[in-house]
Amino acid sequence: MTQRQTRLLFLALGFLMLGVTAFIALTALEDNLVYFKSPTDIAESSSMPVGKIRIGGLVAEDSLTKIGLENRFVVTDLQNRINVSFEGVLPDLFREGQGVVAEGQFKTADIFVADTVLAKHDENYMPREVADALKETGVWQGNTSSGSQE
Amino acid sequence: MIAETGHFAMILAFCVALIQSTLPLYGAHRNRQDFLLIAAPAAKLQFLLLLWAFAVLTVKFVQSDFSLWLVTANSHADKPFIYRLTGVWGNHEGSMLLWILMLAAYGAGIAQFGKSMPDALKARVLSVQGMIGVAFLAFSLFTSNPFARLISPPFEGNGLNPILQDPALAVHPPLLYAGYVGFSLAFSFSVAALMSGKVSPDWAKWVRPWTLLAWLSLTLGIAVGSFWAYYELGWGGFWFWDPVENASFMPWLAGTALLHSALVTARRNTLHSWTMLLAILTFGLCIAGTFLVRSGVLTSVHAFATDPTRGVFILMILGILVGGALLLFAMRSAGLSSADKNVPFQPVSREGALILNNVFLASATATVFLGTIYPLIIDAFGLGKISVGAPYYNAVFVPLITPLLMLMPIGPLSGWGHSEVSPVLKKLAMAFVLAVLGGLTVLIMSAGHQGGAALGVGLSLWLMLGAVADLGKKIRFNNVPLARLPKNIIKLPLQQWGSVLAHGGLGVMILGIVGTTAWRSEVVQAVVPGAVMKISGYEVTFNGEATVSGENYSAERGEFSVRRGGVEVALLKPEKRFYTVERQSTTEAAILKNLAGHLYIVIADETISDGMASRVVRIWYHPLVAFIWIGGLIMALGGVAGLTRREVKSYSSDSV
Repeated sequence: MTQRQTRLLFLALGFLMLGVTAFIALTALEDNLVYFKSPTDIAESSSMPVGKIRIGGLVAEDSLTKIGLENRFVVTDLQNRINVSFEGVLPDLFREGQGVVAEGQFKTADIFVADTVLAKHDENYMPREVADALKETGVWQGNTSSGSQE
Repeated sequence: MIAETGHFAMILAFCVALIQSTLPLYGAHRNRQDFLLIAAPAAKLQFLLLLWAFAVLTVKFVQSDFSLWLVTANSHADKPFIYRLTGVWGNHEGSMLLWILMLAAYGAGIAQFGKSMPDALKARVLSVQGMIGVAFLAFSLFTSNPFARLISPPFEGNGLNPILQDPALAVHPPLLYAGYVGFSLAFSFSVAALMSGKVSPDWAKWVRPWTLLAWLSLTLGIAVGSFWAYYELGWGGFWFWDPVENASFMPWLAGTALLHSALVTARRNTLHSWTMLLAILTFGLCIAGTFLVRSGVLTSVHAFATDPTRGVFILMILGILVGGALLLFAMRSAGLSSADKNVPFQPVSREGALILNNVFLASATATVFLGTIYPLIIDAFGLGKISVGAPYYNAVFVPLITPLLMLMPIGPLSGWGHSEVSPVLKKLAMAFVLAVLGGLTVLIMSAGHQGGAALGVGLSLWLMLGAVADLGKKIRFNNVPLARLPKNIIKLPLQQWGSVLAHGGLGVMILGIVGTTAWRSEVVQAVVPGAVMKISGYEVTFNGEATVSGENYSAERGEFSVRRGGVEVALLKPEKRFYTVERQSTTEAAILKNLAGHLYIVIADETISDGMASRVVRIWYHPLVAFIWIGGLIMALGGVAGLTRREVKSYSSDSV
């Protein structure tokens, strides 16, 4: 093969791969994006969110109850509240009064059924979405930083 | 006082790096030997100064000197010795110092072992290495000084995050950084070649061993990190497609591509531009990973909690170093005087296969990159907050990686320059038939329900048997009598094992991934003592629990008898620990380990079930899961074997 043909082959192959990759990636993104909503976002939207979303805020004080395997707690941005139900084992750093992100969906308008609950390794850490959501409601004054532990 | 000498050594190292990054460059440009020869001693001096700084910090941690802010924030006198030691890199500032120390170590390595390199190239490489040093030393000194003092030292420190008090996490960061930072040399080599405007045929041969060293460290680092997450986080998962994991995975994918394209460049004296671009991008991804992990822009399950100014600083480093290198690449790469021209190229050849490898790996890297930064882009445009989770990655990764895996055994068996198709197919016929049979067996046994697992088992067998075929060709299995074979195996040069082990190891790893993904089973139950749970042929009895205390924690310890076929095979004692100093709890899984699978037990909170106080217990059975890390280890061994390649010996025989 001549140099020219080789170049053309590479180019064609490159563009083909680029196209295929972009197609696969964008289709997959479309189907698998998970939006983050704060309790206030939920309260202000006219309809109940459909499908998988993430919610976050602080775990309300004294809101955690356990019955069998089910954990129930309230996530709040100190303006609005969401009742969350999670069946399974809460992460070690889950604590009342601390930031949390939960992924799942609304089963009815007033109960969010989480299939994943994320709390941070660093106990001072505030998940970024949560910090921003709290800033929006004017509750949170600090910056997002704190400490420096992995 | 001694801490100040550490700080002072860092400042001196910064000054040395400034000299290292300028004068030799001028010397190389003007062909002035006196300036040019400064590079090597400067690189060694920079390394020694940083070694001193690091040693000082280590001593301070071991002594628990709480007049240092960093020690107070991350250590505690009651901590076991080993974790006072590893606490040095269990935090942002200390780990950054380790990062920089390794950067300087690679530079000193080139200075020491790069004897056969032309002086000008060596000076330029060390100069670029010096520039990276300047950037990160400035970052450390100005935003993350590990030697900051406290005016009134407390009597006791805050302790180290308990989940980091673990042997695997002691070795995970050094390995990971050795990988990240190692790719800086490939970057420096590329920039040096672009600066000089010419690239010699030996260029790739000099780059490759360092890239290989970086790659094998990163492979081990990721494997250890994944193993740690598996047993320590108590979720029993080995990979979460978390942004921080992606931060290490992207350089790995790009570095793997680089390793293969450098092979083509070294052997066929072609693809120089692409190899250089890959080298620049790979190190760029390493810095981008550092940015993602340390800037706090992403919500991740594991990351350094952070400070936005640091993020901006790293982003500036990324922009200047990688942006500058790419600009240089755009201006110079077309005019590189090399033997790139007129190399005949046949698509059906070893290099053809390696180019396909690069196409797929580059695409895979791009998709991971897209998924990782997409939430940032959407957020930056104010379009809402989103996250991209595992389903995205599974959806893009499987179709991109499957063809790559199918091609993998074919590459090493085809010849350079030009290859006939039929002899390659003949050598792989047996492997192909067995892999298809293996896949079909899974498909039939699952009554057609486990298509993904069937594909995975087939691919895994294909890779492992393909590696055997590769070995068979190398020991000339078909051409010598059986009695000669053991001798041939023993006499096979170590370097020849490189591709056999690396490719076969990936097959082993895939077997583990498929096993635990397709056939994992789980039981979650609230139990009282005496309760019996059944899982995957095991009978697990909860005997009860007790409070125990360890060196720096107290724990609830559950006791479980494990029976199989009525015979007791193990007594497992998972714990829920509470670390008194840090006021944090951790979950310590108890795992019954077999090659066939892991029985994994954790105890969680207390709860009320049927009106009785009970304990929530979670049990998994992870079939074949150990093969994930065994496979990773085999792959890294392949990297070690590859390092023994003879051409390499003259200039980096001591690099392992």
